[in-house]
Amino acid sequence: MVESKHQWKAWLYLAPAIVLLLVFTVWPIINTVRMAFLEDYSIAAASGGEASFSLGVGNFVKVAQYQDFLVCLKNTVLLCLITVPISTLLALLVAVALNSIKPLRKLLQTIFFLPYVTNSIAIGMVFAAMFNIVGSLGTRRPLIQTVGIVNNVIEFFGGSYVNWINNGSSYWPNMFVLIIYIVWNALPFKILILLGGLQSVNKQYYEAAKVDSTPRWRVLWRITVPLLSPMIAYVVITGFIGGFKEYTSIVGIFGESLGPAHAPGRLNTMVGFIYDALAQHHQGRASAAALILFAIILLVTLINLQVSKKRVHY
Amino acid sequence: MSDHTIRTMRSRDMGKATSKQHFTKGFALVGTYLFLCVMAVIVLFPFYWMLISSVKSLAEYRLSKPTFWPQVLLLSNYAEAFTTASLGRLFFNTAYVGIISTILSLFITIITAFAFARLQFKGKELLFAGLLATMMIPGELFTITNYITVSTFGWTNTFTALIVPFLVSVFYIYLLRQNFLQIPNELYLAAKVDGTSDWKYLWKVMVPLALPTLISITILKMMGAWNSYIWPRLVANDEAHRLVTNGLRNAFKDTSGEVNYPVQMAAVALVSAPLFLVFIFLRKYIMAGVSRSGIKG
Repeated sequence: MVESKHQWKAWLYLAPAIVLLLVFTVWPIINTVRMAFLEDYSIAAASGGEASFSLGVGNFVKVAQYQDFLVCLKNTVLLCLITVPISTLLALLVAVALNSIKPLRKLLQTIFFLPYVTNSIAIGMVFAAMFNIVGSLGTRRPLIQTVGIVNNVIEFFGGSYVNWINNGSSYWPNMFVLIIYIVWNALPFKILILLGGLQSVNKQYYEAAKVDSTPRWRVLWRITVPLLSPMIAYVVITGFIGGFKEYTSIVGIFGESLGPAHAPGRLNTMVGFIYDALAQHHQGRASAAALILFAIILLVTLINLQVSKKRVHY
Repeated sequence: MSDHTIRTMRSRDMGKATSKQHFTKGFALVGTYLFLCVMAVIVLFPFYWMLISSVKSLAEYRLSKPTFWPQVLLLSNYAEAFTTASLGRLFFNTAYVGIISTILSLFITIITAFAFARLQFKGKELLFAGLLATMMIPGELFTITNYITVSTFGWTNTFTALIVPFLVSVFYIYLLRQNFLQIPNELYLAAKVDGTSDWKYLWKVMVPLALPTLISITILKMMGAWNSYIWPRLVANDEAHRLVTNGLRNAFKDTSGEVNYPVQMAAVALVSAPLFLVFIFLRKYIMAGVSRSGIKG
């Protein structure tokens, strides 16, 4: 008797969450798959939901053939492959350095965490300002007032200024700015996790290395990295997952045009593609692209897990 | 070789090495600090540049030789930024959405986590595993259908559209359930003997004990509202309901050319300020929450 009464009560506690999850999580999963495989879904739905659409992989074919999608896929993959290793390596070096000092550690630790508590659009605008050329570059009046602080530094060291993100800038300077910004943004989380891992590492291994007077880089490579490998695997996997969903940092730097003035959309990403399709009421295309994104993330995570199974020492 | 000889040999070797070791050790320490300081400067520079640019006059900002300390402190940039981006309205909207969604979300998270941690019902393990499985799916996959759902419900351009779809977070439920499970079962049984109801026990005993986790969730949820951009832009992009991030990007559409950067930087500083204040006062909770969650805001 008591049991059944409890059951009824437990479901009462769960009811709000279950109702919301059914509407906003479970239904979307089913519906996204359905829309992706229904061809011309949005057109049919717009004309009053006639049941004339057929089932197929047409949306996927259309997405893959779409020129913009290939651009988005290329940008996303490039950004991932470049930023994840750089930020992981830098974070590892910073974490090891922080772990080896005593005075100022707390202060430096706080400083390195600061980029985390920022609004990625807002600080993206700061990066845009730093790389900007203020004036009318590329128009009829080639009037340059200031080439921006980053270019000032380059000129100070004897280089000449670069058109990073302005009208007429080329692809790799654009990418460079994005890479710098994404790495800057990704560091705090990685440092936090790796430093946490370092502090739980058994000190005995280092004592042994000290007795043998092993060189520092060897200690780093042979002791620290293997001991930290679970955390490294974790930050690499989350880094890839986050990297494949990169979008707001690009909006932060380039605005909603997602590219310099002469080439809007040039730096769009997978997530951007999905939202563009959605904004244009191509739900089928958006759904197909979202499923492709999910498949890629799943695949990359599985590969990462497979690699770390061989390399990670638990 | 006897044990003794080995020991003397080793101590002789070490004696020879000490002065050299001291030197390399000191050298390495200087190198470590140098590296950390350079990295710290790189990390801090954008904040510094944002702040000093925000008080420069446009003419000073455009000097071809940059100034690293403003010649005149032009605080009127902040007033101009506040009106240009109508930040007052944006701050109010964001605070409203943040507070309401945090309160409702905390309530749902608490009762759900309690049910999973303490109550007995059929299919508990299966349901919980199902919940956890949804965490793997990228949010973009939900957004497409939720956009259609919200439009069908007629919620476009309302605060409801910004609040309701995100009330349940599986991750927060998971986090709080783990915390609840750590509270000894004896406490619960003792309360049962005393005739305390589940409901009372939850709010009088469990919630106070799980307070640190609840604070972490609150901060992350508020930061989420402050930083959310994509969803608000899709469903509530009118003046009356626009949130701060979207409003900021909208107010300063041009990213290059003849932009009044000092005013733009002042607006960015104003938008960033609340986050920094929260960080200064609640650093411990944020860092604890983040290291367990691995999610950005």
